[in-house]
Amino acid sequence: MKPARFAYHAPASVDEAVALLARYGGEAKLLAGGQSLVPLLNFRLSRPAALVDLNRVAALAYIREDAGHVRLGAMTRQRAIEFSPVIRRRLPLLAEATTLVGHLPIRTRGTIGGSLAHADPAAEYPAALTALGGQVIVRGPRGERTLVAGELFQTYLTTTLAADEMLVEVRLPMMPDGAGFAFEEFSRRHGDFAIVGIAAMVVGQAGGRCAAARLVTAGAGPVPVRLRAAEEILERDGLSVTAVEAAARRAAELVDPPSDIHASADYRRNLTRVLTGRALRRAIARLDVLSPTAGERAG
Amino acid sequence: MSDHLPVHFTVNGQPREGHCEPRKLLVDFLREDLGLTGTHVGCEHGICGACTVLVDGEAARSCLMLAVQADGAELMTVEGLAPAGRLHPLQEAFREHHALQCGFCTPGMLLTALDLLRTNPRPTEDEIRHGLSAVLCRCTGYQGIVAAVAAAAAALDRPR
Repeated sequence: MKPARFAYHAPASVDEAVALLARYGGEAKLLAGGQSLVPLLNFRLSRPAALVDLNRVAALAYIREDAGHVRLGAMTRQRAIEFSPVIRRRLPLLAEATTLVGHLPIRTRGTIGGSLAHADPAAEYPAALTALGGQVIVRGPRGERTLVAGELFQTYLTTTLAADEMLVEVRLPMMPDGAGFAFEEFSRRHGDFAIVGIAAMVVGQAGGRCAAARLVTAGAGPVPVRLRAAEEILERDGLSVTAVEAAARRAAELVDPPSDIHASADYRRNLTRVLTGRALRRAIARLDVLSPTAGERAG
Repeated sequence: MSDHLPVHFTVNGQPREGHCEPRKLLVDFLREDLGLTGTHVGCEHGICGACTVLVDGEAARSCLMLAVQADGAELMTVEGLAPAGRLHPLQEAFREHHALQCGFCTPGMLLTALDLLRTNPRPTEDEIRHGLSAVLCRCTGYQGIVAAVAAAAAALDRPR
């Protein structure tokens, strides 16, 4: 099918874009990479009065290192993130998550801001933002707000952004040097949304201990779920095979996943256990014993 | 009509222009307004990959872009692969390895493979399969397609 009629605006600045959103009072949609919105338009599941196309706002595409953080403009393409040396070095978990986003021709258009604002709980970036402890910067007529993941994602495909606000930047703290990481997901076909995905990060310490662990789900609920009680098992008991198994079992108890056409709740719970174990084993194998953070462990 | 917008871009090295409603998809503009019917319309929601073209050198679904968004861009469609009727090494490899049956997915396969080989000139078989997972072949002739892309990679990578 083809989209219904809409008015089209392609502003050159964030201020113009925000003014347009305000003018349409909730009847306009922002068009970022279009890889989720345009299918909805083609099916006429979405019939906005106007589209505000952000692809001409050149100032929204960047990747910058800044005082222990990496700042990404909302319109940074997923392919740019995939190939960025800064991301590979500072945020390798995000680099790995990116290779799982859709397919090559989806990532050439798809953006980090678009994926986060679309807030599909089965997508990789909402889970990665949560696992990395990042923030998003939101601009509206009343100025800027900074939100952490838990304040951004409300439920399926819904954020706390007002109709006249837009996500302009993603700010992610650099991963500690030598941290282990893995993004594991299961989907029926490569490139599909995950039935369940797990983002994992571990920071090692002397004697196989764990200074910090992060475990976050994709696809196991209406928003990404941080598995704090499973992380605590590792932080208390270390990174042994037994502790990893205990954390994986605990992870499955911490989620309350939906049943739908793709998978039952029980199946998703089981996947949460299996993928948490896999992600942790791969993350631990990657712990860099030569790094300053892990030096204590090696010494 | 007043709600039509002008569109100017380059397709296969040629400047082209037209007017269309903002809701017109790029693939429909290429086919209907410019007569470039080599790009195929499949699912119209970004799943099948048949409509893949290059936008400023990168593979993109032309059913998920509005024609007005391509204003100022450099596009390449399957017609641009064989200027003056001389087949591109990828097309030669597709012929050699029987990498097409009905041909519906072929334009999307070719342009996706072109971007894959541009960004990864020596892909493993696994990387070829991942790259091409963006395009569906309902004849299920994937084996020949994977073999053709591997052969084209070797041919293109050879110093000339």
